[in-house]
Amino acid sequence: MEKRIRVLVAKPGLDGHDRGAKVVARALRDAGFEVIYTGLRQTPEQIAEAALQEDVNVVAMSILSGAHSHLFPKVVNLLREKGMKDTLVIGGGVIPEDDIPALKEAGIAEVFTPGALTTDIVEFIKKNVK
Amino acid sequence: MSNEKVQAELAKYEASAEKAIARFPERPHLPEQRLYTPLDIKNTDYADEISFPGVYPYTRGVQPTMYRGRFWTMRMYAGFSTAEESNKRYRYLIESGATGLSCAFDLPTQIGYDSDDDISQGEVGKVGVAIDSMADMELLFDKIDLGKVSTSMTINAPASVLLAMYIAVAEKQGVTPDLLKGTIQNDILKEYAARGTYIFPPRPSMRLITNIFEYCSKNVPKWNTISISGYHIREAGSTASQEIAFTIADGIAYVEAAIKAGLDVDAFAGRLSFFWNAHNNVLEEVAKFRASRRIWAKVMKERFHAQKPKSLMLRFHTQTAGSMLTAQQPNNNIIRVALQTAAAVMGGTQSLHTNSRDEALALPTEDSVMIALRTQQIVAYESGLADVIDPLAGSYYVEALTNKIEAEAWDYIKKIDEIGGAVAAIEKGYIQKEIQDSAYKWQMDVESGAKTIVGVNKFHIKEESPKNLLRVDASVGEKQKAKLIEMKAKRDQAAVQAALTALEKACVDENENLMPHILTAVKTYATLGEICGVMRKVFGEYEAHVNL
Repeated sequence: MEKRIRVLVAKPGLDGHDRGAKVVARALRDAGFEVIYTGLRQTPEQIAEAALQEDVNVVAMSILSGAHSHLFPKVVNLLREKGMKDTLVIGGGVIPEDDIPALKEAGIAEVFTPGALTTDIVEFIKKNVK
Repeated sequence: MSNEKVQAELAKYEASAEKAIARFPERPHLPEQRLYTPLDIKNTDYADEISFPGVYPYTRGVQPTMYRGRFWTMRMYAGFSTAEESNKRYRYLIESGATGLSCAFDLPTQIGYDSDDDISQGEVGKVGVAIDSMADMELLFDKIDLGKVSTSMTINAPASVLLAMYIAVAEKQGVTPDLLKGTIQNDILKEYAARGTYIFPPRPSMRLITNIFEYCSKNVPKWNTISISGYHIREAGSTASQEIAFTIADGIAYVEAAIKAGLDVDAFAGRLSFFWNAHNNVLEEVAKFRASRRIWAKVMKERFHAQKPKSLMLRFHTQTAGSMLTAQQPNNNIIRVALQTAAAVMGGTQSLHTNSRDEALALPTEDSVMIALRTQQIVAYESGLADVIDPLAGSYYVEALTNKIEAEAWDYIKKIDEIGGAVAAIEKGYIQKEIQDSAYKWQMDVESGAKTIVGVNKFHIKEESPKNLLRVDASVGEKQKAKLIEMKAKRDQAAVQAALTALEKACVDENENLMPHILTAVKTYATLGEICGVMRKVFGEYEAHVNL
């Protein structure tokens, strides 16, 4: 049997807006992935540690507070430090387009902004997960 | 026409409609009932259920003359970066004709951390202004007369601390607390259920809230001590009926807690206020506002036996729905906000914040805020919607919808009563689950095309990435930290320590009102993080459990 894709949906920082994170988590679960949701207010360290413990293939983070440029790259770095070089990291939230190139440079494979379809997120993961 | 006659005519109409539909099918995904008639409101008694503005059950509005006396308060939510920057924006808004202030605080402030805390890094000054101590509050209201302006503060878990700072700054300006006008959000239950900026567990949080009710009833009598908020519940994905049901259930919990703490219902109930969302469906929203007034009046009269008319009136602030703004074709949002504004006004709001077109992308620019404020002014002065009271009353559809939303909300309130009240329903995750299910259904409806969002799943165009978004200066965190270090070096450390020790002792004694102790502490320039740190130590922190 093919191993199911495991996804950690995470809310880094202090932002409490988790409508999007929960909707995406449920859509990924309905698409057949195994999904773990961290809940609110996770530090980058907590997220990287959870990713390691849960042995996930994907880390999907959501921020609507504007702290994305500070927090997303930190998580990528910590994952790499822990040896999770193949973990696919994606992000979403209220993220100005101008910030996206730098986030991609920092190792965020894709950024989904308001209006994105959950089916696109599912497709992206299927296509890019290692 | 008698009801029998209407019934007969309706049957004829339905037959002809069916014939028309056979040739021209109706659009999919419409509400089941296509037309409303007197039959739909034949059981609605005008005197009992609708009545007159300013008269129980206040379906038609809380004041006898509504906007014919004066318009709603045009209150634009703003705040970002440092206190100095936000002060500039506030003064700009006042000069542009805004009639009340509404302060947005950054997340560290909302969760009781100072700007130099590790956990605050990357968040300082981002979604609101950073306030570490009374020194920042002095800058925030510099050259703004607190005796004149009415100020709303979106602050919940540490509401007691920010209110104390406001009182202290006013005192420094020579304004006594009895003159202060404004609102603190102070609604912790919806933080657990939908918004996420909780600190302490429910019990000590409810104590802080009742402490504020009691303190303000004696010392700050014009202050709205809570803004019981459905806004964020709706933003998190609830339906209109769920928005008012869960919020009124929260309201019931606050009133019960205050009565249990020994307060007389009429001593505080008149200062309770509500906060609703103005969503896209104009007539549904108008019906929702009307239904909410009727339910609250009945709750206060029948359940809590409040006597004063003020205690029975649901007064509310409204904000247009942030979650309905689209990042695509942002100018379309101006139209959405105008329609939402019309709904809020026809629904009888007491104050209104209109969102700006660019808020699905970033914090709004000054130009965008100006359009949003002008939207309110156009509706107020040009549209005629504010000239006659409750103009949609008597519409078969709006009255029937008001009844339907009321009935759905009562069903939820009953269910929550059975669970043991709002606190228990939140602790069990019931309210969160209901909201999540609605949010998921909405998203699936958008993705399947059952719901159309213009510019998102229909009528899209290739767009350039938007220019001129507001960016918060990246150095704001460092600036704020430097200010904090400087302030700490100047203050009287012994006084700070003594105030914090006294506060800790008061936290342990459940019969003590914490407000005077917090006020003493802020006046020594003890920081928000230090004060909340003391409370964290005694009260502990809330841990959420999420069931997807």
